[in-house]
Amino acid sequence: MSFPPLSRSLIRARTWPLVVDAAVFGVVLAAIYAILTTVHYWMGVVTPAANISRSPRALPGYALYSLVRMTVAYLLSLVFAVAYGYVAAYHKRLETVMVALLDILQSIPVLSFLPGVMLAMVSLFPTRQLGVELGSIVLIFTGQVWNMAFSFYSSLKSIPRELREAADIYRFSPWQRFLELELPFGVIGLVWNSIVSVAGGWFFLMACEMFVLGNHDFRLPGLGSYLQRAAGAGDTPAILWGLGAMIAVIVLIDQLIWRPLIAWSDRFKMEQVESGGAVSSPILHLLRNASAVKWIERRTLQPAWERLTVARSFAPRPAPGPRRIWLVRLAQAAGLVLVAAVVLYSAWQAFEMMRGLRGTDVSITLEAAGATFLRVIASLLISLVWAVPAGVAIGFNPRVARLAQPIAQIAASVPATALFPVVLLGLVRLGGGLGVGSIILMLLGTQWYILFNVIAGAMAIPSELREAADVFRFTRLQRWQTVILPGIFPYLVTGLVTASGGAWNASIVAEYFHFQGKIMTTLGLGAQISSATDSGNTLLLLLSTVVMAMLVVTVNRLVWKPLYRLAETRYRLEG
Amino acid sequence: MTQLPEPIIELRAVEKFYGPAEARIQVVAPTDLAVYPGEILALLGPSGSGKSTLLRILSGLSTPSSGQVLWHGHPLAGPCPNVSIVFQSFALFPWLTVMDNVEAPLKARGVPAHERMRRSLKILDSVGLDGFETAFPKELSGGMKQRVGFARALVVEPEVLFMDEPFSALDVLTAENLRGELMELWQGKKMPTRAVFIVTHNIEEAVQLADRVVVLGKNPGRIRTDFRIRIPHPREHLDLRFHEAVDYIYRVLTQPDLVPTPQPEAEAPAAAAPAARAKYPMLPHARPGGIAGLLELLNDRGGRHDLYRMADDLALELDDLLPIVEAASLLGFLTVQEGAAEITPEGIRFAEAGILRRKELFKVAASSHVTLIRQITRALASKADHTLPDEFFRDLLDEHFSEEESVRQIETAVHWGRYAELFDRDASTGRFFIPEETAPASGEEFAG
Repeated sequence: MSFPPLSRSLIRARTWPLVVDAAVFGVVLAAIYAILTTVHYWMGVVTPAANISRSPRALPGYALYSLVRMTVAYLLSLVFAVAYGYVAAYHKRLETVMVALLDILQSIPVLSFLPGVMLAMVSLFPTRQLGVELGSIVLIFTGQVWNMAFSFYSSLKSIPRELREAADIYRFSPWQRFLELELPFGVIGLVWNSIVSVAGGWFFLMACEMFVLGNHDFRLPGLGSYLQRAAGAGDTPAILWGLGAMIAVIVLIDQLIWRPLIAWSDRFKMEQVESGGAVSSPILHLLRNASAVKWIERRTLQPAWERLTVARSFAPRPAPGPRRIWLVRLAQAAGLVLVAAVVLYSAWQAFEMMRGLRGTDVSITLEAAGATFLRVIASLLISLVWAVPAGVAIGFNPRVARLAQPIAQIAASVPATALFPVVLLGLVRLGGGLGVGSIILMLLGTQWYILFNVIAGAMAIPSELREAADVFRFTRLQRWQTVILPGIFPYLVTGLVTASGGAWNASIVAEYFHFQGKIMTTLGLGAQISSATDSGNTLLLLLSTVVMAMLVVTVNRLVWKPLYRLAETRYRLEG
Repeated sequence: MTQLPEPIIELRAVEKFYGPAEARIQVVAPTDLAVYPGEILALLGPSGSGKSTLLRILSGLSTPSSGQVLWHGHPLAGPCPNVSIVFQSFALFPWLTVMDNVEAPLKARGVPAHERMRRSLKILDSVGLDGFETAFPKELSGGMKQRVGFARALVVEPEVLFMDEPFSALDVLTAENLRGELMELWQGKKMPTRAVFIVTHNIEEAVQLADRVVVLGKNPGRIRTDFRIRIPHPREHLDLRFHEAVDYIYRVLTQPDLVPTPQPEAEAPAAAAPAARAKYPMLPHARPGGIAGLLELLNDRGGRHDLYRMADDLALELDDLLPIVEAASLLGFLTVQEGAAEITPEGIRFAEAGILRRKELFKVAASSHVTLIRQITRALASKADHTLPDEFFRDLLDEHFSEEESVRQIETAVHWGRYAELFDRDASTGRFFIPEETAPASGEEFAG
């Protein structure tokens, strides 16, 4: 028997899936092992202050622990975001309240929850490692869930009317409607917001793996604590190992999870005509062609999907009788009263507590708020000064963009909190203090938002406009005034809003630091929140948190909202 | 009149209005309408006459503000038990394949997998989509997409097939082709459907397809005429009876105040509701440029032209032409009689003038004939700083129109005011103002 001439390529085509299948099984095995290890450790006896090794050999384990925390927190966020968005979109009476709540919760500095959450979780599971772990997970969760919830909510609200009517007229069951209309419609928004959220999650994870709470010293084994410990000891090789591991993990997640997800979510675009320029992902391509994956899909996903989407009975929905309506009303009223009572009681308690404040506390808090406010502005200005010209240059030049974007993306994806100890080390060696140093720390987190938005804005400026500027021989100043700045304005506003939010949050970790056995601190609202956390001064913590949340909300209302409106009306690029 | 069979769906004194009780805006005036088995019923009307609203009430998607919807004589709550809709925008689920799109309604009915597959393949075959089962909607052309829309609608064997302007998103040839195939299915009884209800703004489409045509008027939506077309199929556009029917509908549509006399060939099953007068004159949504273009064309053609032929010449849909004609007639530039437009002396002057002179003529015509324009100029002139916020005029309009329509009224008024150089509006502050050079002395009356 002889092979046809094309046999080589045929064999290649056949062997590749085999390799992929093997890889898939490997991944499954590894995942099972990882889960078992983690569970064993979580269920183990509590060791709140783990001894963090500085050996690079400990890094894979630490990376795993950090990763598991992230994964669990992310999955929790996803489920919660979808449920929250769903209720907010469909419950007319709750909608206004829930959306306003989202707005406020997004503005509250997450890290000021840290003490409360930790103590609660530890007392919930006093004998298991689970408690401390859950604390850090809940913190990451509160940091990443809100924008995902908002994304899903606004997706649901923007489903085209005729698609909804199609689902109505063909009488989809609630499950079919959810799985074949609502969830697919929200997928793209959810994926992009997940990426942003997880990046934010790393930021908090790094901060909350190692912290002091009164006389408790919490240290969770993970990448964040490794880096802090390495920097604290001034161990440069260990710092480099830690950063390397961090970057490796982030790049791997990007390649193995986000890129395939983005490529996959392309099919959920609401476009009627196929467009070019889709993201490609070799990993997704391999997965789609792996027969092991197909086998698993046929036996698990497909039957489950069939079960959920196919209606069990097709009868006209009975209208709720008068009795049931009455019951539902009663339940709703009871729920409302209960919620109102809880809110009122807590507000009253908080108010009572605040009455114990001394005048000096208030004046110091206000002074600190002013200092942090100035720092936030300074960090935004510095970001603007370098990121706007750089972003425009990159955006206008596709060749530079191809080179610079991946580098900038990796640089941006390293959480600022992971870099803090390293930067601090440099500051200490240079003899600088935190007063100015904290601005640099805030800058680490905020500048990327501005850079990326400016790049996107510059790329969105139609080339005809730039050509017109060339033809009319605009001066450099004129070019910036009439073409570039108005063109990138909406993107710039978006970048600034995100960056200022990030800067406020970063102030909590940037203005107060345990370092090399000392406490480095400076006057600021963030420092006050951290030190109140340290010393267990709940009163001051509450006051500073409230002040910070109020500041953020006020700035949003007075500055960013009007700018957004301006961007939407005057500076919109329309065809 | 012969005894009519029992209707499948019947509207009794159905009304629809929006807004609070004391200031409600009527979208549909009390209307009786029934869908009988065996007929194709076409609903025609200008935009804003509540065509889509009536379709949604009939299919049970939306509930009327008052009145009754009967399904086989029984009152209905929620979507009708067995109807389908073919949508203008196709409304296919872009993330599902052609096959999954067609299977989706069957899943909702709990049909098991193999049975779903059998029925879907059969229906895809009959609409000519063989071999496209695994394609995604975005890979298909507009005509193919609407075929999927038909397949999805027919696969559940609906008693009534509703169609909401199903061909208006397609190009002329594709639409003609699909209409032909639809008629073939219907005439050959290959469609498991007892009645078809089609909403359209294309008069020829209605005459080509329908056994019965209902023409709606606007402000509020109401039935103006309801008649049968007894031309045998296939109907030819060159047929004299075809032409007469089209012409009759044109006459009704272009003369909002006419109480139509039944067409000679037609027989009206129900008396048309008396025309209710609108309280506040509505600005037709036409741009000054469009009005000028129409008048030039009319002047070139000797001053008088059939609207029906004009629409053809310009390749415009009725919905696009009518507002321009209405606007020109509101400004006193032309008059409409018996489905033909005739230019007035004022109109001739406008058509033959240069750019600046045109603006002046437009300014005079708009400030003397158009209530809203006059109101805005007067209000602005009476303010010392010659500016007023949007809300001022929104409040005024909201008493007469829906919120959406008020916004459109203001948009159109701004176009007209800018062209006439009477007033302008700053989009970022949302304020109306009188441009510097034309600002009159405070309190002075403007041309009126």
